[in-house]
Amino acid sequence: MSTPKTLFDKVWDAHVIRHIEDGPDVFFIDRHFIHEVTSPVAFLGLEGRNAPVLFSGRTFATADHNTPTINQHLPVADPLSANQLDALERNSAKYHISHWGLGNPKNGIVHVVGPENGITLPGMTIVCGDSHTSTHGAFGAIAFGIGTSEVEMVLATQCIMQPKPKKMRISVNGELGKGVLPKDVALYIIAQISASGATGYFVEYAGDVFRNMSMEGRMTVCNMSIEMGARGGMIAPDATTLTYLNGRDLAPKGEAWDKLVPYWESLTTDEGATFDNDLTFNAADIEPQITYGTNPGMGTGVTKQIPLAADQQDGDASYKKSLNYMGFAENESMIGKPIDFVFLGSCTNGRIEDFRAFASIVKGRKKADNVTAWLVPGSHIVEAQIKEEGILDILTEAGFALRQPGCSACLAMNDDKVPAGKYAVSTSNRNFEGRQGPGARTLLASPLVAAAAAVTGVVTDPRILL
Amino acid sequence: MAYDKFTILRSSAVPMPIENVDTDQIIPARFLKATERTGFGDNLFRDWRYNNDNTPKADFVLNNPTYSGKILVGGKNFGSGSSREHAAWAIYDYGFRCVVSSFFADIFKGNALNIGILPVQVSPEFLEKIFAAIDADANTELEVNLPAQTITILATGESESFAINSYKKDNLTNGYDDIDYLLSMKPEIEAFAETRPF
Repeated sequence: MSTPKTLFDKVWDAHVIRHIEDGPDVFFIDRHFIHEVTSPVAFLGLEGRNAPVLFSGRTFATADHNTPTINQHLPVADPLSANQLDALERNSAKYHISHWGLGNPKNGIVHVVGPENGITLPGMTIVCGDSHTSTHGAFGAIAFGIGTSEVEMVLATQCIMQPKPKKMRISVNGELGKGVLPKDVALYIIAQISASGATGYFVEYAGDVFRNMSMEGRMTVCNMSIEMGARGGMIAPDATTLTYLNGRDLAPKGEAWDKLVPYWESLTTDEGATFDNDLTFNAADIEPQITYGTNPGMGTGVTKQIPLAADQQDGDASYKKSLNYMGFAENESMIGKPIDFVFLGSCTNGRIEDFRAFASIVKGRKKADNVTAWLVPGSHIVEAQIKEEGILDILTEAGFALRQPGCSACLAMNDDKVPAGKYAVSTSNRNFEGRQGPGARTLLASPLVAAAAAVTGVVTDPRILL
Repeated sequence: MAYDKFTILRSSAVPMPIENVDTDQIIPARFLKATERTGFGDNLFRDWRYNNDNTPKADFVLNNPTYSGKILVGGKNFGSGSSREHAAWAIYDYGFRCVVSSFFADIFKGNALNIGILPVQVSPEFLEKIFAAIDADANTELEVNLPAQTITILATGESESFAINSYKKDNLTNGYDDIDYLLSMKPEIEAFAETRPF
């Protein structure tokens, strides 16, 4: 009997070409995603070395970070953004890399289009110059964000040099309550262990809650792994995973698919395998969440008060600086706080289920007059689904408009910026100072909490509207 | 891209005793639109450093002439958030060669090492001592000795060792980068790729 292995070990070990003594592993990458912001300098480096792309078929390009979310048929107005988009197109053509640019029906946020087109598969290693690459871990892949030097490495050699992270398992058992979404599970865990609680670790999510979760939900949870500091997070593939992938455009078909299934089914953590850290939470303790500070660990139940500075484990000064930026004070109630903007979208919550959830609350209600809402699908495929399912009609009836796909106000590289001092309830992943625009104040939440805020104009418990 | 060699750095330091300094603070996303690697230092800590009208904020440490040096000392969980290597580029371009903290975010740490910035992780207690030493004398010098893997407050002689794997240490002291290494094993990589099921 061989030593019991974790899911993470199985996938990691299968990709190590060489282990360097007191150094990193030479680690093979099955799939590489690139976008316009973190790739241009990597291509410059490649040119400087006069090196080719080793396996151009293993890299996929999509434009997302600074694309506009209206009038995508027009030339991009910002010359710097246009230049980056051109560079991505040029470099992709030069090195024969698949490129889904603006206007391409496959275009969308990299972490939405990869899975929905079947590029992401269980057992793969996947990297991208974007920290939310952890999203793809939902499929039982090892997926994580890399820097531009590493983008160049992967282009040139299909490998990176990585020390193997430690292993953490996070189990959530029981059944989620009404109105509690995968985003709430992620925000709850981060609030419990802090924004750096999993730094140095790779996380496996286990337990009833994740087993019963849809692929969209699993992607939301794995996406947020980086917000607890983890390199990435993953969930063992199961019937839900394979049902989602089977038949997707670029997924293996027929015999090729059948041959992979037994391997995929072996990708589970063996009985008796051990983790460096093993945490367990109860689903029943989780209510809809909202953040009140400037890192994703500063979150709490939507019906709760802002915690006291004195109760913080560390960093009283940093905590107060945070609240001061937000214009909040300790012990205040979150419910009823006025808001100005609502953002539904991003690689965290820009998928069809997120729009279904949002629509379930705004249906038959009206957008609050004081709220500017940006509803941004994660891809054209999601956009088409929103229309097909009649969700667009519900949104329109309630006074909302749909924008075109892209990263949008999650990082505000395009024109979708929240003005200084304004409050935005956002389904995205980061509430850092200025993340959604200089001086903008972000409250991270689920699509249901965002919808409740959008129709009431204040922070509201979505459960009373369900 | 090859970078400067790093062996022993002796310098005064710039203190930033703030926790969770994320990469959006180090370089806000709106400054990521370049297609080259130059000029990021001008926008390092842009929104902490400048007012909306681009005048310097007097109370921010980089605008305080009292503090200077090639070492940046930050609070716990430095470099959290986005994977943007631009954050490391901005720190390097501004003139820093070493960042000291009690805890670094993983991706930032890797990015720093890949471009020739040494991240030095010290104990929370030693970090407090460094902040106190700078507080007592803004010109106090730190010595970061990579071959010996030590960081020393020269005024007091207090010292602590730090960890780095020997592969990365060799790279930094010689100015090598990973791609040189990987390109040297290309046949092995190609053979491995043949064995992948997808």
